[in-house]
Amino acid sequence: MNILIFTILVWIGSVAAGFLGSLTGLGGGVVIIPLLTLVFGVDIRYAIGASLVSVIATSSGTAATYLKEGFSNIRIGMFLEVATTVGALAGAFLALRLSTPIIAVIFGVVLIFSAFMSSRSRDNRSEIPNTDKLATFLGMDGVYPTPQGLKSYHVRSVPLGFGLMFIAGIISGLLGIGSGALKVLAMDQAMRLPFKVSTATSNFMIGVTAAASAGIYLAKGYIAPGLAMPVMLGVLLGSSLGARHLFEAETQKLRIVFSITIFLLALQMIYAGLTGGILK
Amino acid sequence: MNDAGQELKNHRTEIIMSHLLRTGVVISAVIVFAGGVIYLFRHGFEPINYKIFQRVPVELCSVKGIWGSVLSFHGRGLIQLGLLLLIATPVARVFFSLITFVRQRNIIYIFVTAIVLAVLAHSLLIR
Repeated sequence: MNILIFTILVWIGSVAAGFLGSLTGLGGGVVIIPLLTLVFGVDIRYAIGASLVSVIATSSGTAATYLKEGFSNIRIGMFLEVATTVGALAGAFLALRLSTPIIAVIFGVVLIFSAFMSSRSRDNRSEIPNTDKLATFLGMDGVYPTPQGLKSYHVRSVPLGFGLMFIAGIISGLLGIGSGALKVLAMDQAMRLPFKVSTATSNFMIGVTAAASAGIYLAKGYIAPGLAMPVMLGVLLGSSLGARHLFEAETQKLRIVFSITIFLLALQMIYAGLTGGILK
Repeated sequence: MNDAGQELKNHRTEIIMSHLLRTGVVISAVIVFAGGVIYLFRHGFEPINYKIFQRVPVELCSVKGIWGSVLSFHGRGLIQLGLLLLIATPVARVFFSLITFVRQRNIIYIFVTAIVLAVLAHSLLIR
């Protein structure tokens, strides 16, 4: 295979990955890394570098849309970015030292967790009557637009959310993904933010988190321009197409199919990592 | 200032951030695409080599090296320049947040944002 054909095939795969990633809210990274390593036989370190830049592109684009609509909570985002950026540095530090089969196995486990999280329905129990002292001190409570006008919300469990975000940062830096599933867990379940606010704020943070580890990956030669080019351009196009179909009914069926696919890819990654097969 | 006025002002900040992010992504995508065209035109028929990991050539791993590569009109250098701008986009957003918090005289968040900027600077500048 020559570079031209490879680039076109990777670009098509990246469009599909970006499309599915944005439909399910998992992000393009979780699809593009198994695609590159298992199908195209790319070394996982190149795959991580390429995925990371595509993560910055899509999350910045999505964050721009949510900011305009007024769903993002900039203060919560800024505060939690302390945890995610420090975590991302730690993750990149680990990635430079762990062997590739171990990284593949960790990736598979995170993938299963992400697929499980996204298949669960996210209920909204954001009515918290008592205010949290720390959240009040940090001025985190806010308002967001609903069809009935602006609605206010309160925030709780800031330390737990902060801790989960640190872990999300490590995973993002180690595997080159946005780790949106963990961010949503921290903000939905622990801090009890409304669904749209947590999604918007998560996207707001993913780009900064990825930028923290991208600097290290660039310097260490993980970001190969010939590979990152079709991946970034493809995922960006795919995710903007996916965002337009986000709330349509027929996507429900697609989500289930996608979750099963993700699960199988995850098993394949773990198997390949354990047997040392194609990832050596 | 009343609450509604503060909300309006906050939303203006959000709109500016939104434009900043979108502009950064669009400009970097255009540069990456241009670099990609040059790269494929010159190297499209060579074999691929991503199976075995070797570090990317050192001149494509630093700002100085990438700039030199761009000036000699290399496709891969141009792609890396686009990716550098992409990485710089969220960093610029954090910097803009810092300016906003300074103008609001919000001491806690000036401190919080400064920590994030320091971590980013550590990753991007200190080797």
